[in-house]
Amino acid sequence: MEPTLNRPLRRSFVKGLLGTTSFWMASGHASWAAALAAEATQPYQPVFFNGTEYRFLEAASERLFPADHNGPGAKALGVAEFIDRQMQTPYAHGENWYMSGPFQQGPANLGYQLPFVPRDLYRKGIAGVEHYARQHYGKGFSDLSAPHQDEILTALEGGSVQLDEIPGRVFFEQLRTNTLEGTFADPLYGGNRGLGGWIMLGFPGARADFMDWVNQEGAPYPIGPVSISGETA
Amino acid sequence: MAKTHVDAIVVGAGWAGSIMAKELTEAGLSVVMLERGSERTTPVEGAYPESIDELRGAVRKRLFQNLSQSTVTIRNTMDQTALPYRQLAAFLPGEGVGGAGLHWSGVHFRVAPEDLRLRSSVIERYGEKFIPEGMNLQDYGVTYEELEPFFDKAEKVFGTSGEAYKVQGKIVGNGNVFSPDRSDNFPLPAMKDTFSASIFRDAASNAGYHPYALPAANASRQYTNTYGCQMGPCNFCGYCSGYDCYLDSKASPNVNILPVLRQDPGFTLIPNAHVLRVNLDSTKTKATGVTYLDTKTRKETSLSADLVILGAFQFNNIHLMLVSGIGKPYDPLSNTGTIGRNFVYQTITSSRVWLPSSSYTNQFVGAGGAGVAIDDFNSMNFDHGPLGFVGGSPVWVNQAGTKPIAAATGAGGGGTPRWGSAYKDALINTYKHSLGIDAHGSNMAYRDVYLDLDPTWKDVYGQPLLRMTFTWKDNDIRMNQYVVSRIEPVARAMGATKMNLVHLDAGQPFDTRNYQTTHLGGGAIMGENPQTSALNRYLQSWDVSNVFVIGSNAFPQGMGYNPTGMVAALAYWAAHHIRTTYLKSPGPLVKA
Repeated sequence: MEPTLNRPLRRSFVKGLLGTTSFWMASGHASWAAALAAEATQPYQPVFFNGTEYRFLEAASERLFPADHNGPGAKALGVAEFIDRQMQTPYAHGENWYMSGPFQQGPANLGYQLPFVPRDLYRKGIAGVEHYARQHYGKGFSDLSAPHQDEILTALEGGSVQLDEIPGRVFFEQLRTNTLEGTFADPLYGGNRGLGGWIMLGFPGARADFMDWVNQEGAPYPIGPVSISGETA
Repeated sequence: MAKTHVDAIVVGAGWAGSIMAKELTEAGLSVVMLERGSERTTPVEGAYPESIDELRGAVRKRLFQNLSQSTVTIRNTMDQTALPYRQLAAFLPGEGVGGAGLHWSGVHFRVAPEDLRLRSSVIERYGEKFIPEGMNLQDYGVTYEELEPFFDKAEKVFGTSGEAYKVQGKIVGNGNVFSPDRSDNFPLPAMKDTFSASIFRDAASNAGYHPYALPAANASRQYTNTYGCQMGPCNFCGYCSGYDCYLDSKASPNVNILPVLRQDPGFTLIPNAHVLRVNLDSTKTKATGVTYLDTKTRKETSLSADLVILGAFQFNNIHLMLVSGIGKPYDPLSNTGTIGRNFVYQTITSSRVWLPSSSYTNQFVGAGGAGVAIDDFNSMNFDHGPLGFVGGSPVWVNQAGTKPIAAATGAGGGGTPRWGSAYKDALINTYKHSLGIDAHGSNMAYRDVYLDLDPTWKDVYGQPLLRMTFTWKDNDIRMNQYVVSRIEPVARAMGATKMNLVHLDAGQPFDTRNYQTTHLGGGAIMGENPQTSALNRYLQSWDVSNVFVIGSNAFPQGMGYNPTGMVAALAYWAAHHIRTTYLKSPGPLVKA
C-alpha cells in the first residue's frame, strides 16, 4: 500500500530544527532553519511582496496547483510563503544569470533576453496582471472567480497578453516554475508543508537509501517521506 | 604565491586536468593546477543531508558554471545575431574543483572502434558520396587498440561497474555484443537493474536486440582504486546528476584522484584562479605560461611553465585558445583554420512509457550510470545504406533518480495541461507509473556549425564571449527519428498502456531553453592533418607544441556514447606519450 496523507498538515516541527546535530548548525541550511523556527508560531508575514501582491500569489498559485481529490493545493502547502522567502535569496537577484547588456530580443528558442531578474518579473508582472484583471473583469485578480482566474492564466500561458514590459508568457513560466518548486522542495524553504507535496507524488524525500528497493517487480515503495530536518509524515 | 615558474600548468580541475596533473607529478614534474571555481571537497559539501536537497542542488544549480561571470552566445545560423546564454538550461558545465566530473551521472563508456575512424568506415562501406555535402566527417587518428590500455587504466581509477562481453578474445559474460575486446574485465560487477531497466532488458531481448548493463562509474561494491582512493557501495539514492555523491560511490576527481594528488609535494592546486590567457613567445609557437586572475582579490598573476595543459570544459578550452592566439581561428567561409572547427553536440531525445497502474516504477530510486542499453542502432552496428544517414544512437533505460521538482516542472505540455487539477492527475500518474527511454545519439560536424568569438558581448573580465553557431541538421534529425521509431515495439512489449515517443522534427532549430545534454564536443579536434585538426593524435597543438588540449573538444564528431570515458582514456593516452616521449625531447610529437 502507498503512504497516504492521513493527518492534518502541521508546522510545529520547525521549532525543533535548531536542536539537531552540530553538522546541521554548520551547514548552509542553518539560516533557513532559524528563520522558519522563528516564524513557526505566527502567520507568515511576507517580506518582499506587499499585501495585494501576496494575495495574488496565493490565489494564482492555487489555480496552478489546486487542492483536489489528489490532496492539498499550493495555498495549504505554503507556496506563497516559499516564493516570498526565495525573493530574499541570491536567485531572486539573478546572481547566476548573465545580466550584461546589450539586451536584444530574438527568436524564442535562443532563450531569455530581458533585463529583469526574478524580483523585477514579479513586481512588474503582478502589477501587470492586476491591471489586466481590472481592465477586463473589473476586479483585482484575487477577487475574481476561479474560472475567470483560469481564463487570465490561460491567456498568459498562451502568449496573447503583454504585461507592459514583460511578455505574459514569461511571467506565467516564472510563476509556474516557482509554484512547483514551492510545492515539492524540502519544507525547509517554507513550502511543501507537512510534506504534502511529496505524499501526493509518492516521493520519499531525504530517505536516499534504496539498496533494498532497486527492483521489487513494480511494487510501490512502502515508506513515507522524511524531510532534511527529520520531519516525517 | 611565491612560485613564478613551474614545470607544468594544468588549467581546470575536472577529470582531464586531474588525470594530467596526476600523471605529470608521477613523472616528477612540479605542477600547478588552476581552477577558476571554488574549492570543493566532497566529505564536507557532499555530506548527507546537504547533498540531497533538490532545490539547492540541481534546481538552483549549486555545482554549475556561474553564468554571471562568463557565458557563451548562441545562434542557429550564420545570418543570425547570436544572443547570450543567460540562464543555464540546454547544457550545464561545471565549475569548481572537480568540474563537471563532480556533478556528472557516471555513465562510463569506452568507444565504438568504428567511431574513431568513422569517415574511413563510412567510405569503405558506402562510398564517399554517402557523406552529405557540408559534413566534415573525420577520423580521430588513433585506434581502439592503441587506446585500450588507457580505457582499462581509467576504469580501474574510476571503479567502473559493468559486465564484459569479451576479454582477451574470450566471451566472458552477458555484456554488449557490439563492444570490442578488452584486456581485462571491469573492476566491479555491473550495477543491479532497476525494475524499469529489467523490463526493458526482457523486452529488448525478446525483440531480438542485445541488451547490456550500462557501464557505470557508480561503485556496485566497496572499492579501492589504483591510487588507493576509496569508494563506498552505491545505494541507488538517486542523487548523481547535478549533485556530489554523499557515499563517495560515484567517481569524481574529488574522490578518485585528488585525495592522493593533494598529498604530492610537487602538486599545487589554486582555486578561484581564472586563466585569462596562455602567454606565447613572439613566434607564437611556444607557450611561456599563463596569466590568471584571482577572482577573490582581482589580482592578476603571471606564471611561467615549460608545459601548458588545457583541461577546462570543452568550450572553455576553445575560448582560451582563441583569446590566446593558439592556432588559426576557423573561418567557415574560406573553410580554413582549425580553432572552432567541427563543433558538435549530441542528438538526444527522451521518450516516455506508461505502465499499468499496478506497476510502480519508483523513479526516485536510481543511479546516474545504471541502466540497460542496446547498441543495435549505434555507430556502424546496423546497415545505414537504405537509411541514408551517418551515425546512430544507443537506446536505454537509465533510471537515474527523478526528483519531484524536475518531474513537476517537466510534466504536461504537448497538448496536455501544464497546470490545474488535470495536470496534477497526470503528474502523479506519470511519476508513479512511467519510465523514460532515451535515444542518446551522435551528432555530426558541419562546415557552418562552429565556435568563434562574439563581436558584442563580453565576460565580467572584459574578454569577448565565445559564440556558438549550432542547429540540428537533416542527417541527425533523420537518424534520431529512425532510432526513436525502433523504440515503439520494445515499449509495447514492456506492457505500455501509453507512450509518448519524442523525436526531433524536420527543420527544428536547436532550442537553448530545455536541458538536452552537457555533452558538447569538438572545436579543437584531434586528427592527422593540421589543415583540418587543431591537435595531433596526441592532443598536442599543431601550432604550439608545448600546449596539449585535453577534453571532448578533441572529438571530430559527437558520438552516441557519453564522453567522459573517452576523455579519460585520451588524457591517459596523451599523458603516456608526454611522459615517454615528449619530456625526453620536447617538441612536436608528429611532424606537421
